[in-house]
Amino acid sequence: MSSTVGRIAIVLLPLLVIAVFWAMSAMERRVAGHPGERGFLQRNGAAISLYLILAVGIWTLLLIVLPQLYMVDFSFHPKLPPAQRGGERDVYTLENYRYFIYGSTVRTDQLNTVHLKAFFLTIGASIFITALNFAICYPIAYYMAQVAGPARLRVLLLLLIVPYWINEILRAFALRVIFGVNGLLNTGLMAIGVISDPIDFIGQDIALYTGLSYAYLLIMVFPLYNAIESLDKNQIEAARDLGAPWWHIHLNVVMPFAKPGIAAGCTLVFMLTAGALAAPLILGGPKSLWFTPIVYDRFYQAFNWNQGSAYAFILLLTCIAFVLVVLKAFKVSLGEITR
Amino acid sequence: MSSRLVMRGMIGFYIVLFFVYLFGPLVVMSVTAFNTPNYPQAWPFESFTLHWFSALAGDDELVEGIQNSLVIGALVVAIAVPVGLAAAIVMTQIYWRARSLYYLIVVSPVLTPGVILGISTVIFWRDLTTLTGLKFFYNGIFLATVGQATFISAYCMLIFLSRLQRFDRAQEEAALDLGASYPQVFFHILLPFLKPAILSAAILAFLSSFENYNTTTFAILADKTLTTVLAGRVRQGTTPAISALAVIIIAVTLTGAITYEVLKRREDRVKAKRLQKAAEEERGGLVAIEAAE
Repeated sequence: MSSTVGRIAIVLLPLLVIAVFWAMSAMERRVAGHPGERGFLQRNGAAISLYLILAVGIWTLLLIVLPQLYMVDFSFHPKLPPAQRGGERDVYTLENYRYFIYGSTVRTDQLNTVHLKAFFLTIGASIFITALNFAICYPIAYYMAQVAGPARLRVLLLLLIVPYWINEILRAFALRVIFGVNGLLNTGLMAIGVISDPIDFIGQDIALYTGLSYAYLLIMVFPLYNAIESLDKNQIEAARDLGAPWWHIHLNVVMPFAKPGIAAGCTLVFMLTAGALAAPLILGGPKSLWFTPIVYDRFYQAFNWNQGSAYAFILLLTCIAFVLVVLKAFKVSLGEITR
Repeated sequence: MSSRLVMRGMIGFYIVLFFVYLFGPLVVMSVTAFNTPNYPQAWPFESFTLHWFSALAGDDELVEGIQNSLVIGALVVAIAVPVGLAAAIVMTQIYWRARSLYYLIVVSPVLTPGVILGISTVIFWRDLTTLTGLKFFYNGIFLATVGQATFISAYCMLIFLSRLQRFDRAQEEAALDLGASYPQVFFHILLPFLKPAILSAAILAFLSSFENYNTTTFAILADKTLTTVLAGRVRQGTTPAISALAVIIIAVTLTGAITYEVLKRREDRVKAKRLQKAAEEERGGLVAIEAAE
């Protein structure tokens, strides 16, 4: 398949989906709708219909779907100077993915250990940080949702919202002030005589993992709080009256009820951690491995955008896989977790 | 009973610990803004200075970044709020499988890492603008706006959706029965009902845009925003001027959050009073009816 055909397909495919979608929604409206319900155009009138179609159409097509499809297509092309693009050397190829696995666009005898290691470390560490943040945030969310009185709840929510709006670069910077070689932690520990030489928290990646956990703590709190809040207090009382120990109540009453919130918090924290760029750049040491800065370097150090797209697509696939696994494991729908 | 007391003590201790973890780094950073050494040092505290704040004012790059961030933020609000509103309204007019498919597409930007949105935006618009000869649009401000609007519109849509869930369709039907046209229903019933949501969506959109880094750093090309300038500075190792800037941002956020809270409390009080009054009137009405009978 030549590359022009591929690019035309990219534009035609969404149009086809839209046509199918339009027919489907019209049919389903007729079946489901209220009696006497009119079609989309009659219902909203010309002006509002035009606004709805243009706004939603431009957003979904030009901003969401086409750029993503184009990026995927782009990742299967070789890097070429502008003049040769669309020419005969512009063919579909796997060389960008080959580079990710083998570290070369042609050889396959040696693995690209640096990138592969960074990739798997990123996934593993992101899962670990997600679990850690859940463990840290669950008691707070439970306390706010079920125990705290309205006045205290207000104060707690306000205290949570303020750091939420400090941007992540400044938050990472704050941790750097603490963890640096001349940082507060080292000076403090040396002053009280626990250590005699400064510890390299940044080189040891301690700063990086703390920073990632710190950055997305609040992303976990709010979905958990929302989910636990709607649980009827009587259910907890009933379980307690029937003699259930506290951990039993949490495991068998609260957590099953809060499943959508747990799934939402975990999905978002994982996605943000695996895609984090600021924390690894600021808190990572010279030998730290994280996948997103590697993607960034493909673009602005190696200037190989095709390869960068391939790396981005790999990251995207990982996140999609994670979302699917979470949805399956918690048996919830996408609609429930993005509420 | 005493075991309960111990439990409560432990919970209290945990909450304090949590907030120390949350605020500790910010406090430490703020302290460095007022200390004299020329790298951020909280302790030992040598002597108090405001030098780092005055150093900030002469920083042209930073000022330029803030200006760009404000422009992009305003543009994103102008795009994301109407788009989110339209997307939410369309959601209420479709059913079943069409709705699932639509939902999957419009909610996907929320679950996509920001770097990927930035990358796909840059690649797509670079080639689109070349192809159509609209090179004018291939600039950092435009691309950053578009990239951010992709997912911020979805945030706005979710806000509108949650408000629309509480919309009583009987209102709409009553208006239609009384002879109103659909556009009239839209302007006189739906929009006024959504007004508070429009305000929160606008605030959320602006803040999300202003503090975004991941999408922006790819999409901004050669231009600068506040976050990209900050990231560059912090990576190079910095002076406490960055701490001073952080102190200003924290102060603004604190003021905003507290103002919002005060306003909300006042509104709640007014609402409670109105409810009480309505209840009293109703009671009064009933008494009047009974008296008439």
